[in-house]
Amino acid sequence: MTQANVLLENKKTNFIPDSFNGRKLKNGLFLSIVILFSLITISLVFLIIGTMIFKGYHQINWAFFTQTPPNTFEAMMAKSSETLIPGGIINGITGSLYMVALASILAIPFGVLIGIYLYENSKQRYAGMIRDITDVLQGVPSIVIGLIIYLWVVVHITKGYSAFAGSVALSIMMLPLIIRSTEESLKMIPDSLKEAAIALGTPYYKVVWRVLIPTSFTGLMTGILLAISRILGETAPLMLTALGNPAINWNIVKPSSAVPLLIWQFYNDPNMVDLIWSSTLFLMAFVLILNLLAKWIAAKRKF
Amino acid sequence: MIQVSSDKILKYLLFVASLLILLISGAMVLSLVQGSMLSFHQFGWKFLVSDKWDPTSGSEEYGALLFIAGTLFTSVLALLIAIPMAFSTSLFVAEYFRNTRLASVVSTLVDLLAGIPSIIYGLWGFYVLRPFIVDIGLSAQGYGIFTSGLILAIMIIPYATSLTNTTIMMVPNELKEAAYSLGATRLEVIWNVIIPNARSGITASYILAFGRALGETLAVTMLIGNSNKMPTGLFSTGNSMASVIANQFGEASGLQLSSLIEIGLLLFVITTIINAIGKYIIKKFA
Repeated sequence: MTQANVLLENKKTNFIPDSFNGRKLKNGLFLSIVILFSLITISLVFLIIGTMIFKGYHQINWAFFTQTPPNTFEAMMAKSSETLIPGGIINGITGSLYMVALASILAIPFGVLIGIYLYENSKQRYAGMIRDITDVLQGVPSIVIGLIIYLWVVVHITKGYSAFAGSVALSIMMLPLIIRSTEESLKMIPDSLKEAAIALGTPYYKVVWRVLIPTSFTGLMTGILLAISRILGETAPLMLTALGNPAINWNIVKPSSAVPLLIWQFYNDPNMVDLIWSSTLFLMAFVLILNLLAKWIAAKRKF
Repeated sequence: MIQVSSDKILKYLLFVASLLILLISGAMVLSLVQGSMLSFHQFGWKFLVSDKWDPTSGSEEYGALLFIAGTLFTSVLALLIAIPMAFSTSLFVAEYFRNTRLASVVSTLVDLLAGIPSIIYGLWGFYVLRPFIVDIGLSAQGYGIFTSGLILAIMIIPYATSLTNTTIMMVPNELKEAAYSLGATRLEVIWNVIIPNARSGITASYILAFGRALGETLAVTMLIGNSNKMPTGLFSTGNSMASVIANQFGEASGLQLSSLIEIGLLLFVITTIINAIGKYIIKKFA
């Protein structure tokens, strides 16, 4: 670039061909367009998050985190007397945490194992096929995952909408993310580390358990946190599996609520509209914190 | 001896775990096909080209065409809107302000867009974008193909930029320097050196972003208008494949349920093909 600048400077002082002015103009114009469009893109982030904060902050209070949502009538009364809508989203918070925890328990062990398998057999044709199918799985629309889990779990296993069905749907969405992030972070471990362990006669399971997993631990954590933050806001698959519940539910075979499900419910009830933005603000803050935590861990990692 | 056998156990364990992926994906396809059998027997291939969707019992008739059209129209529009935005952002981050603090701030903000859940986009579209479209007089209600396409475009920008950024960064510096030394302007370098060299990666990332747009559910459901008719123009309302599943699944049973599952199967097939093309381009040319 510096060379080019020198060349341009020389051209300016000595000799300016007619065509160069037009080219320079185009060059500057293009740069302005690039900057303008980039500014529009990033201003969207501020617009969306700003809307949430501006419209949502006044409903955030103690009750918001400790009570279940009001019924339509209570919300309507509050609205007509212009007071804050009573109640909160505790059933959604517990439901989300419950289902995400269950989904993690299902998805993380398998995801890590399959990730290790792909890393160890990366050249094999079968492993390549598994990798391709994992990619396909990652691209499956979330609503289709919801449909499938409805057919599997809601119809056959729990005989009705249930927290378990929701967890299975979320775990299937997590699985490909964890597999790929495990494989990618294992790939970054220097071969010499593994070779050193093998040269000492360490059995293979110990190489995995004492070398591969500890050295790639931060990478694994980053992948897991990102996967959780990705599924935390999923609504469509839960509509077809967990359905929603006006009360706190810990029973695995009963319908359960989740924060995104509550948002959908508030959206469909004109009296509850004021609760929408505080709920999205809460959800977004949660997702964002997980994201930042993942980025922070990733920035600190060595391999 | 013990060591050898424990090694073997672990190897088998890993292999068995990998079978889970085959099992899940195989069972997925199987149960989608099985679930849509009822509808397939009733309507056959006509399901794909019929634009009738009538759940009135007695004269039930279902076809997927108007939902396929709604999904494709919104997604193509989203891609057309997203490309200039995403490509500008990519050039900003990976070329013009490469390795500066400004670039890392911009790319973090764009990543943030990917972290916002679909339902929040839908709400924002409904409460902010839709009234805005009504205000500037583009459409009376603000629902429709255009509004959904716009919100989808915002949603897929981060997916379109991330891979493009990497491929633009990978264009060898020597090539760019050679062009500069011949007196090329920055624009000419971008046009004649960077784009031709990064072409396959850029194409792949836009195809994958398109695949994302196809499967988006709630954001589209909240904005497309959910009217079961063929979209006739940019501001006409319509319905998409994912939306009709989300909207009608709760009350559906029998033939209607089976038809919805068949739409799910179609959506699965379409997104899988699009994603496979994207991945193939990455593998082949990168």
